[in-house]
Amino acid sequence: MTGYGAARLLREGLRGHRGWTPAWRSPEPKPDYDVVIVGGGGHGLATAYYLARVHGVRRVAVVEKGWIGGGNTGRNTTVVRSSYFYPESVALYDLALRLYEGLSRELDFNIMLSQRGILTVAHTEMEMDVCARIVNAMQINGTDAELFDAERVRRVAPLLATSPGSRYPVLGGFWQGRAGVARHDAVAWGYARAADRLGVDIIQNCEVLDFIVENGACAGVVTARGPIRAGRVGLAAASHSAVLAAKAGFELPLHVYTLQAMVSEPIKPALDTVVLSLGTGVYVSQSDKGELVFGGGIDRVTSFAQRGNPPVQEAVISGLLEMFPAFGQLKLMRQWAGIVDVAPDSSPIIGPSPLPGLFLNCGWGTGGFKAIPAGGFLMAHLLARGEHHEISRPFDLDRFARGALIDEAAGSGIAH
Amino acid sequence: MQIFTCPFCGARDETEFRFMGEAGKQRPEGGRAVGEAEWAAYLYLQRNEKGPVREIWMHQPCGELFLLARDNVTHAAEPGVGLRPEGA
Ligand SMILES: Cc1cc2nc3c(=O)[nH]c(=O)nc-3n(C[C@H](O)[C@H](O)[C@H](O)COP(=O)(O)OP(=O)(O)OC[C@H]3O[C@@H](n4cnc5c(N)ncnc54)[C@H](O)[C@@H]3O)c2cc1C
Ligand SMILES: [Zn+2]
Repeated sequence: MTGYGAARLLREGLRGHRGWTPAWRSPEPKPDYDVVIVGGGGHGLATAYYLARVHGVRRVAVVEKGWIGGGNTGRNTTVVRSSYFYPESVALYDLALRLYEGLSRELDFNIMLSQRGILTVAHTEMEMDVCARIVNAMQINGTDAELFDAERVRRVAPLLATSPGSRYPVLGGFWQGRAGVARHDAVAWGYARAADRLGVDIIQNCEVLDFIVENGACAGVVTARGPIRAGRVGLAAASHSAVLAAKAGFELPLHVYTLQAMVSEPIKPALDTVVLSLGTGVYVSQSDKGELVFGGGIDRVTSFAQRGNPPVQEAVISGLLEMFPAFGQLKLMRQWAGIVDVAPDSSPIIGPSPLPGLFLNCGWGTGGFKAIPAGGFLMAHLLARGEHHEISRPFDLDRFARGALIDEAAGSGIAH
Repeated sequence: MQIFTCPFCGARDETEFRFMGEAGKQRPEGGRAVGEAEWAAYLYLQRNEKGPVREIWMHQPCGELFLLARDNVTHAAEPGVGLRPEGA
């Protein structure tokens, strides 16, 4: 037995938990693979899994400089949704949500997907118009969305300050019922275990330092543990994709910013949905442990420091307290940050890079946790076939020169 | 809290400043003759160096643009240097 079923838990509990074995191997890197993926975040691990599972490409390595899921995948606030504006985005994020819906079963690993819905609230007439526009777009694009009046908002989030006297009075909002949260570590670990079982080598503590370039094409990577050759290389290193791009001789249209999040002390269940305010940019949900998990905008100082600055913390906390005055009694327990790779249109970059043989899956910025299954699925298609899946085509790097940006920052007023 | 130094107003709180872009970008000369790829590169591509960087910032209260040499890992920052030619 290798699963985590009730019988096994009971048996291990009685035996002092001495029978558990690692969920994936820690192999030595082989000299060459069909595909090497740089970065063991959710996107890199999911790419490896779908390469092996869907395309039968099993000579695959994921090379991670630290530990898997230790980047943004393990630092995010785990909101999953497909409430985007443009058809291209809804196609992408709804594919991800559909894959998430079946993922615990597919991976035989509980990713704790909780489709508790996301409520986006509007505080002005203009924001109500924005909500109506997004709801129309989402429905036309084939995903679920509903426009709410103030009364329905109150019913879903009774602790939210909605009265005309509050700093941010609530006029209404919109609802996506299939949205929710999932456990971030479980997504990384579930994909890792499933990929490992299909023969993928997950190589941790192995930084990629450079690329092997032969005859003008990428032929592998140079790592801290020596060179590893590969037929194709996938770059899924989030913010460090931009740093590694320089080694491969090109630049990416990305800015690297800090994004922070915070949790309160744990309390009894008080909020059973995700709430996002269009006015404050703050969003909040309650974790299974009872903590309020919340965040807001990015620190607008380009940074690789992986820690946040007080001014944004202050803005986020005051936004939260204006929305939920009752939360003012709580203690803040932890604060942390990730470094996010933001494209000018706040949409990801998936596709070939300027260096033949090297492919990109980056630019997920502040919102790529929700996209992990789709990012992996589409990147696997690209690496196996050498060409785009129709859903990833619009997200190619060429959109910048073609002027075909998918401006979700403007379109859906994105938060995470 | 980070403190940056405007060449005109002196040391101020980071909230007064706005990041404008990486230093050293040259707008392509030649108008319509400039190709799409070159425009896209000018508009969108970033060097994204990790560590010491040179950037253009604005001090919003006085509106001045200046050069800021900073380390984006340690967050150490040198005093800002004005961009106006001497005597302007
Ligand atoms: C505070 C915060 C809150 C967020 N909230 C949400 C949210 O609610 N919903 C949502 O959808 N998204 C959210 N996001 C965004 C989301 O976390 C990311 O978009 C997503 O996790 C990106 O996954 P990834 O696999 O591309 O990157 P990562 O998980 O960062 O993985 C990249 C990996 O590459 C490795 N790496 C880097 N350089 C090298 C190298 N040279 N060699 C080898 N490996 C290397 C890193 O160590 C890292 O493990 C949030 C992000 C943050 C920071
Ligand atoms: Zn000044």
